[in-house]
Amino acid sequence: MLVSVLEPLIFATIAFYLWGAGGREQTLLYVALGAGLMGMWSATLFGSGGLIQWQRWQRTLELLVAAPPRFLVTALPFTVATASLGLYSVAATLLWGRLLFGVPLAFEHPFLFLLALPATVLALGVLGLVFASTFVFYRHANAFSNLLEYPVWLASGVLVPVSLLPGFVEPLSWALAPTWGVRALRDAAFGGNPLPEIGACLALAVAYLTLAAVAMANFERLARRHATLSLT
Amino acid sequence: MAAARVFLVGGVISYRALFNWIRPLSYATTMLGIPLFQLLFFAYVGRFAGVRDDAFFVVGNAVQATAMGGLYAMTMTVANERFFGTLAPVLATPANRLALFLGRALPVVLNALAVSAVAFAAGLLLLDFSLPAARVPALAAVVLVTATATTGLGLLLGSLGLRVRDVLFASNLVYFGTLLVCGVNVPLDVLPPWLQAVGRALPLTHGVEAARRVAGGEGLGGVDGLLATEAGIGAAYALVAFALFRVFELEGRRRASLETY
Repeated sequence: MLVSVLEPLIFATIAFYLWGAGGREQTLLYVALGAGLMGMWSATLFGSGGLIQWQRWQRTLELLVAAPPRFLVTALPFTVATASLGLYSVAATLLWGRLLFGVPLAFEHPFLFLLALPATVLALGVLGLVFASTFVFYRHANAFSNLLEYPVWLASGVLVPVSLLPGFVEPLSWALAPTWGVRALRDAAFGGNPLPEIGACLALAVAYLTLAAVAMANFERLARRHATLSLT
Repeated sequence: MAAARVFLVGGVISYRALFNWIRPLSYATTMLGIPLFQLLFFAYVGRFAGVRDDAFFVVGNAVQATAMGGLYAMTMTVANERFFGTLAPVLATPANRLALFLGRALPVVLNALAVSAVAFAAGLLLLDFSLPAARVPALAAVVLVTATATTGLGLLLGSLGLRVRDVLFASNLVYFGTLLVCGVNVPLDVLPPWLQAVGRALPLTHGVEAARRVAGGEGLGGVDGLLATEAGIGAAYALVAFALFRVFELEGRRRASLETY
C-alpha cells in the first residue's frame, strides 16, 4: 500500500506542484506517468528481494530451493507479481492527477498503452528476479537494494530527461527496463510509436532472464555450500 | 546520578544495539546513501521544473535528512524494544522513565547532525551550491534545533510503536509526507492553505526556512523566532510522546500485553 500507492501519490503531488509552479510545457500526464513508473520500480525493488527474505523468515526458503523444480522457475512468478503491483501505482497516479489536478486522461494510442503496460511489468519483474537472486546468498542484500530507488528513478528518466544528467548516465539508462517502459507509455499516450520501446522491454526481459539464471544458479550453489539459506 | 547514567549509557547502548542488528553497511547505505541520492533527485527535478535553484533543494533536503535518524532510528530505538522482546525487562527496572526515554534520543540527534553534514557536503561537491565557512556554525545550530525537534516527532512514533503493530508504516508515511508539506522541495506558498497548515504543525518546516535564511547570509538573530517555534513544536511532540509512553506502559502492565502483537 505504501510503496505501490501512497509513496507514488506523494511524489506525484510534489511533481504536480513543482511543474505547476515552474510553468513547464510538459503536460501533467507526463508527470503522472513518470510517478506511476516510480511506484512500479519501488514495488519491484523492495518486493522482489523482500519475498526471498520473507521465505527465509518463514523457514520455507530451504524447502523451495530443495524442491525438484529450479528455484528460478519458482521465483519468477513472485517477482513478476510484485512488479505487477506497480499497476496500482500507475492507476493511482493517473486517477489522483485527474481528480485533484485536472490531468486530462487522453491517450493517443490507448491499445498500445495497454500493450506497453504488461511489457513494462514483465521487464521489471524479470529485473526483480536478478535482484531476488542476490538475496538467496546475501542475507543483507537489502542494504544495497535500499540504495537503488532514487538512482534508478534518476537514470531512467521517469521525471527528468536523462539528457540533463551527466553524460555517463545515458549508457547506463539503456540497460534499465524503467527507461524503456516509461518511454513506451509516454509514446503511447502522446502519439509517438511505442513499439520499438516495447520491443526493448521484451529484449531486456530476455537478457535479464539469462543473467538471473546464471546468478541464481551460482548464488544457490554458494548458499548450499555455506549452509546459509536458513540464517536470518 | 543514576538517572544521568540511564540517560547517557542506556541511550548509547540502545543505539548501538539498533545498528548492531542492522549492520554498518546498512547504516551507510540507508542513513547516508538514501539522503544523498534523494538530494540529487530533487535537485535535478527542480532544475527541470524550473522552480528554484540548486541551493533551495540542497538546504531543504540536507536539513530534511535529519528525519532519516530523527524519525526512523528514533521510532525503531523505542519500538524495537517490543519487537525484540526486551521491553518487559527494561520496564521492570526502577530506572527513571524520563531519562530512559530521552536517553534514546541523544545519539539519534547526534547522528542526524552527521547525516545532514554529509548531505550538505554532497551538495557542495556535486551541485551548484556554495556555503561560506563563516555561515557553517550558525547553520549547524539551526540543524541541531531541527534535528532535535524532528526527534520529538520520532519519539511520538516510537511510543505508538509500543501499541500498534506496524509503526514503520506510519514512519514511512510521515517521512515522505515531510518531503511534500514542510517546504523541503515544494515552496510553501505553492501549496494549498490546508497543506501549509499541516506543514507548519510539523517539525522541519520552520527549521528548513531558518536554514535557508542562514545559508543565504542572515544571522541567527534574524531567525530566532523560527528556531523558537521549531523547538516548541519538537518539545510539544516529545511531551505527548512521553505521556503516551507512560500510558502504554501502565496499560501494558495492567493488561499483561506489553509485548503482544
